[in-house]
Amino acid sequence: MTHHEYDVVIVGAGGAGMRAALESSQRARTAVLTKLYPTRSHTGAAQGGMAAALANVEDDNAEWHVFDTIKGGDYLVDQDAAEILCNEAIDAVLDLEKMGLPFNRTPDGKVDQRRFGGHTRNHGEAAVRRACYSADRTGHMILQTLYQQCIKQEVEFFNEYYVLDLILDKDPQAAAPGEDVSVAGVVALELSTGEIHTFRAKSVIFATGGAGKVFKTTSNAHTLTGDGMGIALGAGLPLEDMEFFQFHPTGLAGLGILLSEAARGEGGILRNSEGERFMERYAPTIKDLAPRDMVARAMANEVREGRGAGPHKDYVLLDLTHLEPAHIDEKLPDITEFARTYLGVEPYTEPVPVYPTAHYAMGGIPTTVQGEVLRNNTDTVKGLYAAGECACVSVHGANRLGTNSLLDINVFGRRAGIAAAEHAVATAEAAAFPDDAAARVEGIVTRLLATVGGSGTERVAEVRKALQETMDRNVQVFRDAASLEEATRVVAELKERYKDVAIHDRGQRFNTDLLEAIELGFLLEIAEVVVAGALARQESRGGHYREDFPTRDDEKFMHHTMAYATGEGVRLDTKPVVVTKYQPMERKY
Amino acid sequence: MTATAESPAVGEVKAMQVTLRILRSKPEGSDEHAPGEQYWQEFQVEAHATDRVLDALHKIKWEQDGSLAFRRSCAHGVCGSDAMRINARNRLACKTLLKDLNPAKPIIVEPIKGLPVEKDLIVDMEPFFASYREIMPFLMTTGSAPTRERLQSPEERQRFDDTTKCIMCAACTTSCPVFWTDGQYFGPQAIVGAHRFIFDSRDEGQWDRLEILNDKAGVWKCRTAFNCTEACPRGIEVTKAISEVKHALTTGEI
Repeated sequence: MTHHEYDVVIVGAGGAGMRAALESSQRARTAVLTKLYPTRSHTGAAQGGMAAALANVEDDNAEWHVFDTIKGGDYLVDQDAAEILCNEAIDAVLDLEKMGLPFNRTPDGKVDQRRFGGHTRNHGEAAVRRACYSADRTGHMILQTLYQQCIKQEVEFFNEYYVLDLILDKDPQAAAPGEDVSVAGVVALELSTGEIHTFRAKSVIFATGGAGKVFKTTSNAHTLTGDGMGIALGAGLPLEDMEFFQFHPTGLAGLGILLSEAARGEGGILRNSEGERFMERYAPTIKDLAPRDMVARAMANEVREGRGAGPHKDYVLLDLTHLEPAHIDEKLPDITEFARTYLGVEPYTEPVPVYPTAHYAMGGIPTTVQGEVLRNNTDTVKGLYAAGECACVSVHGANRLGTNSLLDINVFGRRAGIAAAEHAVATAEAAAFPDDAAARVEGIVTRLLATVGGSGTERVAEVRKALQETMDRNVQVFRDAASLEEATRVVAELKERYKDVAIHDRGQRFNTDLLEAIELGFLLEIAEVVVAGALARQESRGGHYREDFPTRDDEKFMHHTMAYATGEGVRLDTKPVVVTKYQPMERKY
Repeated sequence: MTATAESPAVGEVKAMQVTLRILRSKPEGSDEHAPGEQYWQEFQVEAHATDRVLDALHKIKWEQDGSLAFRRSCAHGVCGSDAMRINARNRLACKTLLKDLNPAKPIIVEPIKGLPVEKDLIVDMEPFFASYREIMPFLMTTGSAPTRERLQSPEERQRFDDTTKCIMCAACTTSCPVFWTDGQYFGPQAIVGAHRFIFDSRDEGQWDRLEILNDKAGVWKCRTAFNCTEACPRGIEVTKAISEVKHALTTGEI
């Protein structure tokens, strides 16, 4: 075991983690611990763009962006946070441009912009060109650019270090309201050696990404297993709004691979088996560019009512055939190649089979607008920060708008990086690091390694598959009490089965079998919280749609969900939504 | 796709038996093999023609042998984790479909060549990333930055578009015969990384980078074997990028 001491430790090297590192490492001694090489992070899979009211191609302003974000989030957005997001968006894009990001350009050389779902001119009048983009690999270019800047700044990375525990100086659930609880560090497993490392730090930032692998059909990477969220939950911290999961409308049918909303921003049209542009019925004003939750539900509904395409009538069609091939090649090269490679479909001439795919967790570790992690509705944990998909500020509310996540990681990654470094500089000494800090992680690793050739009867892959299938079946676009109770029962059963899993690799080095077993533990914890929140929320709002409660109920449910893990299961609490300017109104497009 | 459906929706694809012949190694060794010794092992899996090689590897790992080690993440060809040598060609396991490989014959899977093997299909990527860092892969400018964005015409932007696609999977570098035999050579990827900035109209560090590439470890090592271009899963014309760098060095023009 090796012990390290830093001012700031950042967990995760996607967009949020590296944006934080660029700020933090200028101000304080910073280490970045990452399960994957930084350039493998899933920020790199984001395609369509990053929203900012630059007004480079048509009239636009940050206030309209704020409104769209709040309305898109079905009024569960904390409006003070949305104001920060949209006001700082312009500098966030300009900063990236100055770092070298190769945005597509207008004829006069400015950053080009295109339309995206839910982004409108003057409070919903028509779609507006707000998404700054680099072909359909904007996330790739952001990840590359941030990594390049980290090289320039000589940021210290610990690649393939898998953080497994967060060390706080007190149990945050046992501490009294107002009492100081501070971060002390993290414990990590070095994947290449199997060695356990402890990191003591004055500040810790979680930027660990999403948890899409709780579902079977997902755009998310295999590695997105909710590790950071699971660690926070296990450390006694709450998770906020986890029942709100975004299903992206256009996943490649059967595979879930993302096809950017930019396809519709550039003029693509969704059609059912009858060739009808069905979004005209669901969102008459902005049609195919309605927010993702509405489009995903409309698609699922078309299939359910028998208007799905294909031999099993189980998908709809994304039609790009009316676009010029040259335009497709210039603006959408990657996603059209995905259709060719994985489905053998030529998008120049054939419509592409698509169906909603689990894409993004709106919820996560609750934070303030400075990225400080909350341990209840009001108290922060001193020195602990979170940013990006693993966090919940909440700028996305019940449904995130496309292009707002690449914005989120840059705005709140930067804020968390600054705040964490400033806290570290102002703190004389990190909280005491207990001698037995690594005991829990050692226990997990030792227990799992001991199952090799032992009596465990369950396979990790089978338990995970059962989890993903029950989540797809019961907790997807449409939910009701019966489906959620079924999911509750199955997840509980799988948690029992998990206790009996055995792995098959006894090695210390690159034991990815062990890694997957640990990841599954996090997935089960996250799934339990998602389902518990969904069952309790007896209304429909944004990405959470209850067939037994099909309307939004502001009287009973205009609040955030705060979920805590306890010995007796998930405990749910509520937190007020911050409303500044916009009172909830009916959401029509 | 509905939640209960199992296979891709387009067309009906029959399951078939596929053999994978994998070059393995265990850093800790085993009863049969010394630590680090490479050996072949065959696995049979049931798969579909439209499955990726990655799906077949997962089936082995998840159903037969959990100790099989390989890197992967996004599973659709954008993160660059799973470059491997498949039937003697460097490819991404997640972007190679079984139907494109003649699944009637065993599919040969080896780690990419020229980097130290750590375990099974996992190699030490650090020398590869170190070469990338050498070429100063970041925008270099002088003077004060403008308030708004730096202007760049669509034509100027297009000039280096191809090399911005690189996902650093190392398929090109580890397909290069010069890289295999010459430990000093930066390899094609580092040159691609340099090209992306050398031909960016905003950048002012091009001559520093060209000087680095003019070094004995640089572009002149390239023997235009074209392996790199063929290996690139992003379709980057790697050899062309290298020749553009060579041209800039000989003519002094960018």
